[in-house]
Amino acid sequence: MSEYLYVGKSIPRTIETDKVTGRAIYIDDLKRPGMLYGKILYSKYAHAKIKNIDKSKAEKLPGVRAILTGYDIPDVRVGFIKDQTVLKRDVVRQFRDEVAAVAAISPEIAEEALDLIKVEYEELPAVFDPVEAMKEGAPLVHEVDARGRPLKSNLLPLPWKFYAGDIETGRKASAYTVKDSVSTTWVNQCCMGPSGCVAEFDMNNNLTLYDQTNVIHLGKQRIMEYFAQIGLKGKKVRVVNTIVGGSFGTKLDTDIYEFICMQLALKTRKPVKILFSREEEFFALPPRQPAIFDIEQGCDKEGRLTFRKCEAILDNGAYTSWGATTPSVMMMPMSSLYRVPNVSFEATCVYTNNIYCQAMRGYGNPQASFAVETSMDTLAEEAGIDPAEFRLINRNQSGDETPQRLKITSCGMEECINSVKEKLDWDKKKKDKKKARGVGMASLIHVAGGARVYMSDGHGIMIKVDQNGWIDVFESGTDQGQGSPTVISQIVAEALGFKPEDVSLTMGDTGLSLWDAGTHASRHTFMAGNAAIRCCEKVKKQILDMAVQYMPKLIKGGFKRKKRKDPDFVEPDLDYSLISNPENLDIKDRMVFPRSDPDHPYFKMDVREIVRSGLHVGVGDSRVVVAEEFYDPPTEMLDREMKGNLSMTYAFGTTGVEVEVDEETGEITILKLIAAHDVGKAINPTLLLGQVYGAVYTGVGYGLTEEIKVVNGRVMNPSFRDYKMLTAKDVIPITPVVIEPGDEDGPFGAKGIGEPGLVPTAPAIANAIYDAIGVRITDLPITPEKILTALNNKQ
Amino acid sequence: MKKVSVSFTLNGDPVTSEVPITWSLLKTLREYFELNGAKKGCGVGECGACTVIVDGDAVSSCLYPIPEIEGRSVTTIEGIASADGALHPLQKSFLENNGVQCGYCTSGMIMSAKSLLDQNPDPTEDEIRTSISGNFCRCTGYIQIVEAIGMAAKESDRKELLNFP
Repeated sequence: MSEYLYVGKSIPRTIETDKVTGRAIYIDDLKRPGMLYGKILYSKYAHAKIKNIDKSKAEKLPGVRAILTGYDIPDVRVGFIKDQTVLKRDVVRQFRDEVAAVAAISPEIAEEALDLIKVEYEELPAVFDPVEAMKEGAPLVHEVDARGRPLKSNLLPLPWKFYAGDIETGRKASAYTVKDSVSTTWVNQCCMGPSGCVAEFDMNNNLTLYDQTNVIHLGKQRIMEYFAQIGLKGKKVRVVNTIVGGSFGTKLDTDIYEFICMQLALKTRKPVKILFSREEEFFALPPRQPAIFDIEQGCDKEGRLTFRKCEAILDNGAYTSWGATTPSVMMMPMSSLYRVPNVSFEATCVYTNNIYCQAMRGYGNPQASFAVETSMDTLAEEAGIDPAEFRLINRNQSGDETPQRLKITSCGMEECINSVKEKLDWDKKKKDKKKARGVGMASLIHVAGGARVYMSDGHGIMIKVDQNGWIDVFESGTDQGQGSPTVISQIVAEALGFKPEDVSLTMGDTGLSLWDAGTHASRHTFMAGNAAIRCCEKVKKQILDMAVQYMPKLIKGGFKRKKRKDPDFVEPDLDYSLISNPENLDIKDRMVFPRSDPDHPYFKMDVREIVRSGLHVGVGDSRVVVAEEFYDPPTEMLDREMKGNLSMTYAFGTTGVEVEVDEETGEITILKLIAAHDVGKAINPTLLLGQVYGAVYTGVGYGLTEEIKVVNGRVMNPSFRDYKMLTAKDVIPITPVVIEPGDEDGPFGAKGIGEPGLVPTAPAIANAIYDAIGVRITDLPITPEKILTALNNKQ
Repeated sequence: MKKVSVSFTLNGDPVTSEVPITWSLLKTLREYFELNGAKKGCGVGECGACTVIVDGDAVSSCLYPIPEIEGRSVTTIEGIASADGALHPLQKSFLENNGVQCGYCTSGMIMSAKSLLDQNPDPTEDEIRTSISGNFCRCTGYIQIVEAIGMAAKESDRKELLNFP
């Protein structure tokens, strides 16, 4: 039963035909007149004093237009806690520290100029292990903080703490308790499209930044703040995205290369492009935040969780981007994945001379869920309860308010766990266990109805219908490949009564949109969809008001013309009261009609005729159809105790895996992977599956193969040859299960699904491996080497 | 830098390029012919985003020295739709089955698949996967790409495309 014409249909991505014909313009393809090419010189040391920079030779190279060092531009701090500058003066604290930058007429000349810049360093003692870095006497990564006050330790001023209930009470109520230590490492987002931007100032020093950010408005804000400190206060900034070759978190912060690009453009008075090489993608972009967890849980005799206590250490690297804030998201699974009354979570972020970290799909949740779901399995075993049954006992349920005060509205966790059990033939596999084969599962909770991490979690949208009945949607989000142009077209067409192909979307342009908190946190379909539906109500009302005004005229005009042609024509006696009140009219599939008589032979009219009449009505009376909506949901910021209902709704899902482990080689084969997700409602089932599949694959990579090898601060594997991302030959037999209970607050019932698929994948695999061979690998990725070592130690 | 004159067939047309001798086919396509479809995802032949077809075979154009293209026939993503703009079955099936997300790998992915289908019109799933095993994708998990290639091979199974203006 579907009352919808377009929602719930797998409308193809025809709106993006440019992407299959080579016509889509990515940042690599963008050229501006007179454009120069920027390149960055990085540090040669993990920690050193800059003694001298000699750029005289490089400056003489023909074709070089500018060379900047930290001494040439204002020494302004940027970043999440303002702990770094754009180009580094005096001290470098990691290998990716930007020491100098060149603008030249070609990328090759810029590259050549980099080689000619001579930097003298004096190496300083460095620290690479976060635990070492916490000890007294460890080399200090930063001598002073953002305000110039001396620092005594490498601990960040971000004491992430969450407490609910009382751990001791929980402990007393426990029949069983377990302690586990797990860790996760750096992984790269691996966007296929390299990072880059083009900065262009006009003669009044107003900036247009052609970019790939997924936070156009926040990005603009950061740039304006930077400008205020470098003498460009009040200058205008417009951020415009090209087509974006993937994001997965990399584009959540305004990166240092973007500020460098602006400085080069300012200096040269020319548009400047910076485009990363693949090597830079691996060593000069902040990857996923690694973390070390000590987790303790207990349950009573019936298997009900009594407490969860966890301490985490995060290797922050040398500076602070969004990686350091991932504990704010870790608190969600820590406090709210399964029902647990007493919770304590503390996370410490520590400066080291390693690369610093950023967001990546899931934003701390994959790390924390790996800890929680590992502990769930060990506790189930301790209590002698089947791991699936143990999860069902403790499952989240509709109507719950979790210890973090998350209000659980729609919740399909029970269905997710049960469908994994069924599709994996769980009970049978557990009973008749085959050697070296095993099954495991893990679940997830994630925000799926916005995430109020800023004071505004709003999304603005403007919709106009032109005189030909084409709809222009000015959307404040961005598309990094998820397919929003198609999905939002479906929502607009459904809500307004037009067709998806009538809709054109403009996204990713601060000059053509209202505020949006960003296309992150799996929030875009939910937020933009809700904004669109509300905006469409206003647009529809305008059209129906026009319909009441013009339909009788249009109908009577038609009769007049007929009469002229055919003098015998008799005008039918119509009850015009049917169309005299906009509330009695509706629009569907481009047709306006009376609700009481949808197939009325005269009163069913093409909406485009009505819109055209309204515009071309004559002097002083003509009207355009346009409306705007700003949807900011009634959610809460986390309070001082890090509690509050920050999302309108939450995503739930369970991944179940069957593996086979080759005990000779340590090789792991995934025989089956069930990804069950409560998505509320699939607006476009095919596109939704694409989100699940992609996320699961990245999750399998996280679990089994992917690792940025950082040795003494240096990235040792900055290439696709040495960084093991999965290929098409790595067949993961995924069975998706899409559960659609409908969410009362979601647009047509939909919840976010961008990140969830990744979150439980690695722990489900780890649990299946334990079931198969009886050894538990607690540090990701689970490589054959680790399996063999663990098997040897077991014997 | 010394330039080299190279004549070859590009998307069916006879062309001559005059570019520095060190340029790759990819750089020549992008900068001399302004064909931006092939992408530089890594520049060292590891990711497949730059894949084009040379004399029937899918190759990494970033590794292909321009002097060696003399006399050969090159097909890029820009050259596979028909002259009237009708999309190639692969282009259609990628749109229909969500084989494209961010789209950065898509040109290379489609060219690898086209080379396969030209030589093997009815491939097995394993053959499809092998044909694109040198093309990395982070968005899709490859599943809907593999399906899309299979759909293109069996054109009769395809759904009608919506006609977007």
